[in-house]
Amino acid sequence: MLELHDGALNVPEILTRWYASESASNYGAYIPFVGTVRDEDGIEGLSFDVYEPILTSWFDAWSAKVAPLGATLKMAHSRGDVLVHESSYIAAVFSPKRRVALETIEQFVEDFKASAPIWKYDLRAGERLYARERSTAIAGAGLLGSEQ
Amino acid sequence: MVTIEFLGPIGRPILTMEASTLRDVAEALKQDAEMAQWIDSCAVAVNDTLVASLDTLLSDGDKISLLPPVCGG
Repeated sequence: MLELHDGALNVPEILTRWYASESASNYGAYIPFVGTVRDEDGIEGLSFDVYEPILTSWFDAWSAKVAPLGATLKMAHSRGDVLVHESSYIAAVFSPKRRVALETIEQFVEDFKASAPIWKYDLRAGERLYARERSTAIAGAGLLGSEQ
Repeated sequence: MVTIEFLGPIGRPILTMEASTLRDVAEALKQDAEMAQWIDSCAVAVNDTLVASLDTLLSDGDKISLLPPVCGG
């Protein structure tokens, strides 16, 4: 399940809803990761652009990858502005036993940071500034500038 | 005609052009001074699938997307 929300995530509502949705699924482990905007470098918050078609196919590929392990993925992300101390990202893994969930959450979140088509901006003094220095080029980037 | 969309912070309107391969698109964008800061860091998708070859064939109506460096979460 992939959810996109305008603005900050309602973390308690989402975590509780996901927990309830799998309560009869016989999973032994539920491991959520919650990303919250920190107060640093004078920012007022962060803002996000999301390209939904490729995000959806990326998420679906991950869901198919972990299905043979008996695991289920859920993810929620914000679009638009999220202020300091609010949350913009939740990823969660359900699995029969803890080891699969622990390993999957790490791999999933790391690949999310490197591959998911989402762009982050700092909100500072009324401006929306692309966080280029904290961004990662997607694998295979630079094709159009190459001489292949 | 194919369309080219510039995602996220690139902030340019959609472009349309004649192109038979991705190489044609690359040659056109290399001539565009505004794209110089982006071209080496963007991934490319054709009809929402990431591609890895300039020889990728294009058809009338295809959508090419340029994806600059990402940072979700």
